[in-house]
Amino acid sequence: MSASTRDWLLTDTPASRSQAKWGRRYQLWLAFRRNPLAVAGLAVVVVMLILAIAAPLLATHDPGVQELGNRLQPPSAEHWLGTDELGRDVWSRLLYGGRVTLGMVVAVVVLVAPLGLIVGCVAGYAGGLLDRLLMRVTDVFLAFPRLILALAFVAAMKPGVESAVIAIALTAWPPYARLARAETLTIRNTDYIAAVRMTGASPWRIIWRHVTPMCLPSLTVRVTLDMSSIILTAAGLGFLGLGAQPPIPEWGTMIATARRFILEQWWVPVIPGIAIFTASLAFNLLGDGLRDVLDPKQR
Amino acid sequence: MIGVEHLNVHFGSNHVVRDVSFNVAAGETFGLVGESGSGKSTVLRTIAGLNADWNGTLTVAGKTLGHRRDRAFFKAVQMVFQDPYGSLHPRQTVDRILSEPLEVHGIPDAEARIVRALEEVALPRAARFRYPHQLSGGQRQRVAIARALVADPSVLLLDEPTSALDVSVQAEVLNLLADLREARQLTCILVSHNLAVVAHLCERLAVMQGGRIVEVLTEAQLRAGEARHSHTQDLIALSHELEA
Amino acid sequence: MSNLVEIRDLRVDFPTPTGFTQAVRGISFSLGREKLGIVGESGSGKSVTGRALMRLLPEAARVRAGALRFDGIDVLNASERQMRDLRGGRIGLIMQDPKFSLNPVMTVGRQISEAWLAHQKGGKREAREAALALLEQVRIRDPQRVLESYPHEVSGGMGQRVMIAMMLAPNPDLLIADEPTSALDASVQAEILKLIEDLVSARGMGLMLISHDLPLVSRFCDRVVVMYAGQVMEELPARDLHRARHAYTRGLLECMPSLSHKRARLPTLSRDASWLEPRA
Repeated sequence: MSASTRDWLLTDTPASRSQAKWGRRYQLWLAFRRNPLAVAGLAVVVVMLILAIAAPLLATHDPGVQELGNRLQPPSAEHWLGTDELGRDVWSRLLYGGRVTLGMVVAVVVLVAPLGLIVGCVAGYAGGLLDRLLMRVTDVFLAFPRLILALAFVAAMKPGVESAVIAIALTAWPPYARLARAETLTIRNTDYIAAVRMTGASPWRIIWRHVTPMCLPSLTVRVTLDMSSIILTAAGLGFLGLGAQPPIPEWGTMIATARRFILEQWWVPVIPGIAIFTASLAFNLLGDGLRDVLDPKQR
Repeated sequence: MIGVEHLNVHFGSNHVVRDVSFNVAAGETFGLVGESGSGKSTVLRTIAGLNADWNGTLTVAGKTLGHRRDRAFFKAVQMVFQDPYGSLHPRQTVDRILSEPLEVHGIPDAEARIVRALEEVALPRAARFRYPHQLSGGQRQRVAIARALVADPSVLLLDEPTSALDVSVQAEVLNLLADLREARQLTCILVSHNLAVVAHLCERLAVMQGGRIVEVLTEAQLRAGEARHSHTQDLIALSHELEA
Repeated sequence: MSNLVEIRDLRVDFPTPTGFTQAVRGISFSLGREKLGIVGESGSGKSVTGRALMRLLPEAARVRAGALRFDGIDVLNASERQMRDLRGGRIGLIMQDPKFSLNPVMTVGRQISEAWLAHQKGGKREAREAALALLEQVRIRDPQRVLESYPHEVSGGMGQRVMIAMMLAPNPDLLIADEPTSALDASVQAEILKLIEDLVSARGMGLMLISHDLPLVSRFCDRVVVMYAGQVMEELPARDLHRARHAYTRGLLECMPSLSHKRARLPTLSRDASWLEPRA
């Protein structure tokens, strides 16, 4: 970056709205960059997303094509990561599986984060009866063990990626609502919210424009830390045959179907395992780094 | 302009304001003095509509106030808080903070009004796109004053507006408040623990202790030491002593 | 008289994304067993000075000095062990708000006893007796009851008395009070400062009273050091305050509203650029 751009971003006297906004973002980035583990986490996440998106270009084989004469091959020049029990190329399945698994994670987050945020902020800001009502509903969902509730839900619907996403989302939102509510309770009593109330703004406007932005950092951090557990729940559902259905490649399902071969052809189940582990770890590191940068209480 | 009659405020089982009554004429600045816990800030916040649990009669500009205030009330009555660090939203630029009241009240010509408000409180134009943490304490309090005035209120409630500031900045802010009051014909209520500050800005003042008003004085009476209540006399003696 | 504190050409810089900001820019003064007030506005570097002496600044801060000595100990090069001995042992620090400096889940009595045990020899019984005696010394009327109470059960002024008792427990040589009364009502403020003054005189300690309130400090101290933008503007005996020469000191005194005489406008402080220039 040129020195003038840097100065433009770091100035104490921005000349426009956008300059002020970008300046703040750049400061956050500078702080984030100081944590090498977090940067590594971010890099891994980005690489994985690119690999998943570019799967059709990078895959060496069709992930669904079986080659029964070529079962359970070790890694070779032809099949980079070997083949599975039906002779399908593991490298290609891993790439396409990334699309499904990471796609599920993204879908869950997109469903869950706004829901938890709205429920929590509304409950925290409104207080009284509405607060109690919303929080008891949250408690009900919180009371079930995550996987069990998801299992029951998927069992009631037909097994598949969509039901798995909805099931995980259903079990994942309560902690966000709790977190957002706790944050809102402290924010609600600050002078700057009192000042906004003095402008005559409606409660909705106050929640949406003034309270939620203050809850977002801690929620973002929590989401990235939860990504790994979402991956694991998705993998768990897949493993139990309630998530993605064969022949759709999904990391959890890949382990599930290949677990019989763990002793003789260990690489077949281990490779998707490594992928899940790497993704979880990367999201965790990223979340830790984001917490250091975004959470105002830590500074 | 402002009438308070038999105001009582409860926080749970705590009776923090007991039967407080006073009137403020249009254009007047009225002081509320007392030590912490005397209920002075609570009276102010109740008038501002920031407390729910009160009874008594409150009137502003002839209109009796209910427990829920409408938008017209918030256009007419504004408040400046004690802590300039806590009263500005930490994620919003000065520009955004000042445009909020204008958007809520649907006031046109925001651009010109913001520029004028910044000029009025003598903030440099460069401050417009800064975040609160990039400003000094005095500048932040100027932003808070600009926010209170940007929608042209007629009543300004001041809750210890200078007690978190350095004395040199306090002088600047007090002068600014005096000028603005003059220029805009504002009716003000000033809450402070500092008698000298209250005497400087107010024509009349009430001394509070334990949730009650123990005495109402004019500024001249205060300066002449004509207080009758022993608590007021104590406060005056202390204030003289610390002036050295 | 040998000096308790010797500070020569102290400089403290804090890193920022765009370089270093200079918080303290070469200040020098010394302190014997006397009461010294350090006065300045926010950002003048007065608190940083006190903290530098106790080496309580964040790691990132760059501290340099010609000399920074407490009772002959070179603070800049002392071992962490030596410093622990100084902090809360030979130097007591009283901060602004007792709400934040007392442990909310420990009774007052235990906190004082712990402070006493950390630096003195003796058992639990003696520590408790010492705590009781200390509470009496800070003029708490009902020490037995206060001993058993938790910090949230005592008022702000009482909390500050407890804080003082805690700091006195190890029998320090120097007391650093950083805005000890800014969070308190004026009536309590005077009592607390009087208490600190009496204790310091009776025990022959040194006192460094850091505050933004010039008249207040001058009433309770022997000497006053006036700081502005990280430098000492003026050092003068407290009783000569009204004869202060420096424009900054004078400005600070004049811009305060007064109860005794009325003024239409308050004179404001016009900050002279020359005050910022490095001083010899």
